[in-house]
Amino acid sequence: MSYNSQRFDLLLLADMIAENSRVLDIGCGDGTLLKLLSENKNADARGLELNQAGVNACVAEGLSVMQGNADTDLAFYPDDAFDYVILSKTIQATKRPDLVLKEMLRIGKHAIVSFPNFGQWRVITSLAFKSQMPVTKNLDYTWYETPNVHFCTIKDFNNLCGELDIKVVDTTILNEQNQKLKIPSWLGLDNLFGHQAIFLLTKN
Amino acid sequence: MNHVSDIFIDPEPIKLDCGDALHYQLSYETYGTLNANKTNAILIFHALTGDQYVASINPVTKKAGWWTNMVGAGLPIDTDKYFIICANVLGGCLGSTGPASTNPDSGEIYGLNFPIITISDMVRAQVRLIDHFNIDILFSVIGGSMGGMLVLEFAANYKNRLLCAIPIATGSRHSSQNIAFHEVGRQAVMADPNWHGGNYHNHDEQPSKGLAVARMAAHITYMSDQSLHEKFGRNLQDRDSVSFGFDADFQIESYLRHQGMSFVDRFDANSYLYLTRAMDYFDLAAQFDDNLMAAFAGTNIRFCLISFTSDWLFPPEESKLIAQALNRVAANVSYVEVNSPKGHDAFLLDEPEMFSAVTGFLASTAHKHAICDEGSK
Repeated sequence: MSYNSQRFDLLLLADMIAENSRVLDIGCGDGTLLKLLSENKNADARGLELNQAGVNACVAEGLSVMQGNADTDLAFYPDDAFDYVILSKTIQATKRPDLVLKEMLRIGKHAIVSFPNFGQWRVITSLAFKSQMPVTKNLDYTWYETPNVHFCTIKDFNNLCGELDIKVVDTTILNEQNQKLKIPSWLGLDNLFGHQAIFLLTKN
Repeated sequence: MNHVSDIFIDPEPIKLDCGDALHYQLSYETYGTLNANKTNAILIFHALTGDQYVASINPVTKKAGWWTNMVGAGLPIDTDKYFIICANVLGGCLGSTGPASTNPDSGEIYGLNFPIITISDMVRAQVRLIDHFNIDILFSVIGGSMGGMLVLEFAANYKNRLLCAIPIATGSRHSSQNIAFHEVGRQAVMADPNWHGGNYHNHDEQPSKGLAVARMAAHITYMSDQSLHEKFGRNLQDRDSVSFGFDADFQIESYLRHQGMSFVDRFDANSYLYLTRAMDYFDLAAQFDDNLMAAFAGTNIRFCLISFTSDWLFPPEESKLIAQALNRVAANVSYVEVNSPKGHDAFLLDEPEMFSAVTGFLASTAHKHAICDEGSK
């Protein structure tokens, strides 16, 4: 994945966020999104990152980051501490995505979740015709070493939001080039052609 | 670098936690220049046996400052940008009022008549020093170990008087194990016949042996098993085989003896008793109904906590507890855990990840509050 296309994906996320917001980015990695939000949106942006070396690098860049785990450490934040809580390409690696989602909407007014779509045709065909677990650009681990333990499709995720009584405010579907999918969503083909989905959620 | 040594004599006595009122002075150093708006001041708190000579020569030991890798021109705490103040703590023995000072009422050295000092008292005195400079809001407050306790105390009780805080290798309370080590040290001092019930100044003696043993025991807690092993192993000192006696056969013994002996030349034994006691009494949550998050409720201070993996005196778990309490009140907190084999002392040593964290944290906070831009030069 090129730097630009990765950047575009984060720009889309940043676009969903109002100026001067309080934001928590769970799994903030090298802090690219935090930096973008601080500089372009004047956000009070904080990060949670599993890898301590990543945390230290972020703090050296001037970002506010803690070491922590989405499954266990959101409990330490009070209700409504943030305007937005972001989980970018991380939900599939959590132990209990449903509980993480609930926690995100407890500590934040909005949640933004992006994830690789397991319903995409490349994934399906890999399983159907090669009889192998898919290894794609978005899912580039072999089955035995992947940290990704909870895959879902766009449809699955929509269903979970329904079950948890979470309101889907906006959905953006990206193709393999990380551009917005141009196929009209009423055709119902998002699930088949969407490479990645970004959901903006709030409490009902 | 602009550098000033001075003494602040408070015209008013300070009310201590123990109930006494104390006339006192603080001996301090400053580095750099306070800008016109007085927005670029950083207060550094020293550790238990540290002093105000953070980046200048200690006149007693003639050694360079204890944090010359951190504080200076172009260094993480940049004297070209910031105005740095470091005072000898209340109860200390390098110019600030302590048990070795003369009691103005009796004309005699205080000794054990000196009132018990707490971490809160030390901070209260230094807030008066900041008032003396007419500084309303400090840019930052930074310190390691006992200095970190002072940072936490300051941040919890003077929320509107600083923008950011860096507590390093510290805890919100002194643990039972830490109190235990301090008690061993104090008992060593008191067991020395030259201590004379704390009245050794009048006997023209020093409980040097007791204080040296206290320092030896404490010094072990400042290092890790790994760093001791790597530095000394089981190596013998100036000999090829063991002596079948109680000489310092091993290098570690010789090293500790040296640490103990050189310490007594620069530190007052009673001051050591008082300062270790102040650390033992420190329990920030206890001031807030045993609720650490209440200590930070409503804070707008930006925090950066730093700990070291091999520090068993103030292990990373202690810093994590503080970080979690800060999270619970949605405070802006960063937590850096530096992977280091050097133990507690790491905060004084060459630790690039600590340096880059402090640099980045201070620079971004200064940028946000437009402090660098109006720099002091």
